[in-house]
Amino acid sequence: MTDAVAEAITRVHREEWARVVASLTRRFGDLGLAEDMAGEAFATAVERWPRDGIPPNPGAWVTLTASRKAIDRLRREARRDAKHQEALMLHDDSPPEPAGAVDDDRLRLLFTCCHPALSMEARVALTLRMVGGLTVPEIAHAFLVLEVTMGQRITRAKGKIRAAGIPFRVPEAHDLPARVAGVLAVLYLVFNEGYLASGTESEPVRRELTAEAIRMTRLVRELLPHDGEVAGLLALMLLTEARAAARVSASGELVRLDEQDRGAWDHALIVEGIALVRERVDAVARGEAVPGRYQLLAAINAVHTSVPDARDTDWSQVLALYDQLAGVNPSPIVALNRAIAVSELDGPDVALASVERLATALDDYHAFHATRADLLRRLGRSADARIAYDRAIALAGNSAEVAHLTRRRDQLGH
Amino acid sequence: MAHYFLVVWGPSDYGEFDTYGTQEERDAQMEATGAFNDRLREEGSFVYANGLTEPSTATVVDGTGAEPIFTDGPYLESKEYFAGLWIVDVPDLDAALMLAAEGSKACGRKVEVRPTGSV
Repeated sequence: MTDAVAEAITRVHREEWARVVASLTRRFGDLGLAEDMAGEAFATAVERWPRDGIPPNPGAWVTLTASRKAIDRLRREARRDAKHQEALMLHDDSPPEPAGAVDDDRLRLLFTCCHPALSMEARVALTLRMVGGLTVPEIAHAFLVLEVTMGQRITRAKGKIRAAGIPFRVPEAHDLPARVAGVLAVLYLVFNEGYLASGTESEPVRRELTAEAIRMTRLVRELLPHDGEVAGLLALMLLTEARAAARVSASGELVRLDEQDRGAWDHALIVEGIALVRERVDAVARGEAVPGRYQLLAAINAVHTSVPDARDTDWSQVLALYDQLAGVNPSPIVALNRAIAVSELDGPDVALASVERLATALDDYHAFHATRADLLRRLGRSADARIAYDRAIALAGNSAEVAHLTRRRDQLGH
Repeated sequence: MAHYFLVVWGPSDYGEFDTYGTQEERDAQMEATGAFNDRLREEGSFVYANGLTEPSTATVVDGTGAEPIFTDGPYLESKEYFAGLWIVDVPDLDAALMLAAEGSKACGRKVEVRPTGSV
C-alpha cells in the first residue's frame, strides 16, 4: 500500500468512524451490528483502495459499504430465522436521511454510550470504541486491563443496551443538561487518565488519551455549539494539554506549574483555549446561565496560562474563581486547590489552617498530603513536612509525581 | 413498546405497619403510590402493580425433579427482599427509569428496573 493510501485510510477512519457507526445504528437499530460492519467496511477499504484508488467521497463510500454488508448479514440471518426477516423489513424501508441528520446520529451515539444505566467503566470503554474508533486492544492498553477483560466489558455493555432497551436518541429537553453533564464526565475522565496516568507501571502522561479526549470533545462542541459547559470543558482540556511538554522533566519528574518552562508551552492551544473562555465570559455577561464547573476550571487555567512569568499570576482572580467554583461544586478537593491560592495571597500559615480542616475528608488523597507538605516546608516545619511527603509518596500512583515528591522531600533541611 | 418489571425492595421483617415505621408514613406512601398508579393507567403504561406480603410467607417450589419439593421461606437469605412490583409498558429504558424514579419516591423504597425478555 502506498503511503498516500495508508494515510487516507487512517484519516478517514479517524474522521468518519463515529459517523458510520452512528448512521448504521440508527438505520439497523443494533449498535453491535453497526460496529462490526463499520470494521468490515474499513477492512474492505484496506483491500480495495490501493488497487482501485481512493474514492471521491471516502466517508460516503465506507458508510455505503458498511450498510450493504449489514443488509447482506441480515438477509443471511433472515433465511435462518424468521424473526430477523421481520426486523429486516422493519428497518430496510427506512426513509432517506434528511440533510443534517447525520450529526444528530453522532450525538445519539454519544448519549447512548454515556447512558447513566451503564457503569462508568462501560461508558468510558464504549465511548472510546464507538465514538473514538479505538480498537479493543488499544482501549485495554490505555486502561491497563487485559484485552479479554476489555472485550467482555464492551460486549456486556452492548448486551445491556440491546436487552434493556437503552434508546438511540437525544434525551428530552428536561433531561438534557444532566445527560450532557454525563457525557462530559466520561470525556473528562478519559482526559485525566491521560493527563495524570494512575498506574505506577504506565507512562506518566499519555498523550494518546488526552488527544483522543480533546478530539471527542471537539466533536461534542461541534454538535452542541451553544452549551457553555461543553465549551468550558474543551477550553480546560486545551489549556491543560498546552502545558504537557513542560510538565515532565527530562529525568521523568513532574514539574510544578510555577517551575515550568513557559516557552515550551503550546501557544496555539493556549490562544484557542483562552478564546473559548472569553466567549463564555461574554455569554455570562450577556446574562446566560451562571458558569458551571468546567467553565470555572477553564477560567482558572486561563489566568495561569495568560502570563509569561509565574510571578505575575493574578492570584486574587484565581481565588475569586475558586470561590465561585466552591459555590457550584462544594467539594473538599476544590477547597484544597483554593487553599493554594490563599497561600499565595495571605501566606502559608493561613492556607495551612484551611487545609487542616480537610484532613478527615481527604486523608487518602495524595494531593492533600502533598499540598500540606509544601505549606509545612514553607513554614520551616521540616519534620512535619517530611511525614506529609512520605504519606503523599505512598498514596501517589503516578511515577512522575512520585519522583517530584521524593525530590521535594529529600531537599528538606533537618 | 416493551414490558419492564419494576421491583420494589424492602426489609426482611414487616412490622405493625408493613414495611413502614408508622401509620402516618404508611398512609402517606399508600396515597402517593395510589395516585402514581392512577396516572400510569391514564397514560396507558400500567400493566400490573401490587405489594407483596412478607418474605416469611414465601414458599420455594422445585419442580425440576421427579417429585416437586416445597421449601418454606424465600429462595435466598438476604437483608432486603422484593416488597412489591410494577409491570409497565413503555417505549424504552429511559421511560422506564423515569417511572421507576417517580414510583420509588411515591412508595419510599428503592426500585430495581428489570427489562423482560422478548418471548
